[in-house]
Amino acid sequence: MRAMVYRGPYKLRVEEKDLPTIEHPNDAIVRVTLAAICGSDLHLYHGLMPDTRIGHTFGHEFIGVVEQVGPSVENLQVGDRVMVPFNIFCGTCWFCARGLYSNCHNVNPNATAVGGIYGYSHTTGGYDGGQAEYVRVPFADVGPVRIPDWMSDEDAVLLTDAVPTGYFGAQLGEIVEGDVVVVFGAGIVGLVAARSAWLMGAGRVIVVDHLEYRLETARSWAKAETFNFAEYDDIVVEMKKTTGHLGADVAIDAVGAEADGNLLMHLSGVKFKLQGGSPIALNWAIDSVRKGGTVSVVGAYGPIPNMVKFGDALNKGLTLRMNQTPVKRQWPRLFEHVRNGHLTPSELVTHRFPLEHVAEGYHVFSAKLDGVIKPLVVPGAA
Amino acid sequence: MAYTPQKPPLPETTEQLKARIPFWGVDLDPADRPSVPKLQWQEDLSGAHWEVPDQQPERHGPRERSIEHASITPVFGTAQPLHGVSGAIRRHAYARFSEARLAHWLLLIAGDRVEATGAHLRSFATLRPDNPVTETGVLAEAGAHPVASRRGRVDARHQTIDPVLVAGPWVAGAAVTWLGLRRVVRAVRR
Ligand SMILES: NC(=O)c1ccc[n+]([C@@H]2O[C@H](COP(=O)([O-])OP(=O)(O)OC[C@H]3O[C@@H](n4cnc5c(N)ncnc54)[C@H](O)[C@@H]3O)[C@@H](O)[C@H]2O)c1
Ligand SMILES: [Zn+2]
Ligand SMILES: [Zn+2]
Repeated sequence: MRAMVYRGPYKLRVEEKDLPTIEHPNDAIVRVTLAAICGSDLHLYHGLMPDTRIGHTFGHEFIGVVEQVGPSVENLQVGDRVMVPFNIFCGTCWFCARGLYSNCHNVNPNATAVGGIYGYSHTTGGYDGGQAEYVRVPFADVGPVRIPDWMSDEDAVLLTDAVPTGYFGAQLGEIVEGDVVVVFGAGIVGLVAARSAWLMGAGRVIVVDHLEYRLETARSWAKAETFNFAEYDDIVVEMKKTTGHLGADVAIDAVGAEADGNLLMHLSGVKFKLQGGSPIALNWAIDSVRKGGTVSVVGAYGPIPNMVKFGDALNKGLTLRMNQTPVKRQWPRLFEHVRNGHLTPSELVTHRFPLEHVAEGYHVFSAKLDGVIKPLVVPGAA
Repeated sequence: MAYTPQKPPLPETTEQLKARIPFWGVDLDPADRPSVPKLQWQEDLSGAHWEVPDQQPERHGPRERSIEHASITPVFGTAQPLHGVSGAIRRHAYARFSEARLAHWLLLIAGDRVEATGAHLRSFATLRPDNPVTETGVLAEAGAHPVASRRGRVDARHQTIDPVLVAGPWVAGAAVTWLGLRRVVRAVRR
């Protein structure tokens, strides 16, 4: 089969690979019909995630058709069109039984601090991902669901990670009616978080980024106010000025490890890997929120320690909430929101790259060229 | 200016927000949101029909694992089993240091770089040597408005470092190879 493979930092290519096989009785093999590149994939692409092996196939956002099922699979049949949450999870460990699907303890031998994720290095279990023609889907009775008839392929693939994560970001902010919410990052995760903040009754939603075209989408699609941090000497001071010098009630970090805005943090965290990524957006969130407020973190960081302003968080009495998103737990509500148009994720798809051109897709998305917000990857369409 | 008990006024009233944003407030109740409360017993076990999952066989020899786990997990990835020098480094990182130790992660990163270098060198002995031009995807620049796309952004400064970081080792490698070859040729001629 054809599959994207990693060749070292900033380098990847498409190769012929063996078809995945059933390794466990509850495995399925899925033929991928549509995949996406996520902001998280950029952390792997830039060599930020320890134990990313040469030959690894990335891709944790994908939908497809069940091609083969293991002997114990009961809930899926060959031919079913399925959407697969980016989390690999067992359903029955202490964590899964309580709904922490992203923190499953039965699927990742390589680390206990993170669950299993498709195509996301050996630090998340060593599973090849879905930017390929076929993929192995473990615990096929637990993770995937059949795509409802009314749902478009674009919406389905965006529901495997980006949309639940944006909504989850707003939800972790514990927003109550009238809250001032500031969202750092206007990628698809931040945009969905901003729009979700309105669903939860925010009184004011502010989005911060330095990419003007994305801030434009934040105004039109997420109906938010925007601040371009490139235009200000110190964005934290601006956040104070605009909130009567109290700070926002809730701040959401939807940027993560690749954050820009402080050269020292970016070079040490992203280019030279001395920290698990640049924590500058997280620090801005901590400093922009009011005392007693909540900081929600969905931006992803690596396992190496970061220079986070923990003293400020303590002195301000903040609540910090964060996790990888337990996607399937978010689904029932999000299916409703997509169906009735409260969330319209497919409007954020800007690019479709044939699998054979996936290297170009990564470059365009990584360098933020050509107005890109969400790039999809289409197998077999070259 | 003294700070007072009142929250500073919002720019829009609830009525104005409802008029401007049709979906405002549809998930108003914090208790009625998905994954609330965080820990919540899942009666259906998300479709699992077992309590103890079957154990996946280890087909590629003993699988490396975090020493914070009791044993190998019932399911695990089988992509890219450990091999060679990078495999030895990584295996040591897993066997010796828990995830709590920085050495664990630094060794894994060292293993990554060793493996990448070896893979590039080995690729030159194949019909498909690594090609930093096609593999970095920079050819997409041509159709992607490279200049206009970068206007007014703060990352333009360090984006110029990327080509140096990516191409630097290749240029250095080529220079070393060329110098070495020249030496060999001269020695042979002498
Ligand atoms: N928790 C999870 O389960 C989960 C799931 C998906 C993605 N993520 C993470 O969410 C983050 C965003 O993902 P995405 O797909 O939207 O990525 P993206 O790369 O498209 O967006 C990131 C945005 O942040 C902006 N940015 C950079 N520095 C900033 C700063 N200091 N302040 C404000 N904005 C800044 C960038 O310009 C960009 O627009 C990533 O870190 C990703 O790994 C987490
Ligand atoms: Zn993702
Ligand atoms: Zn589990």
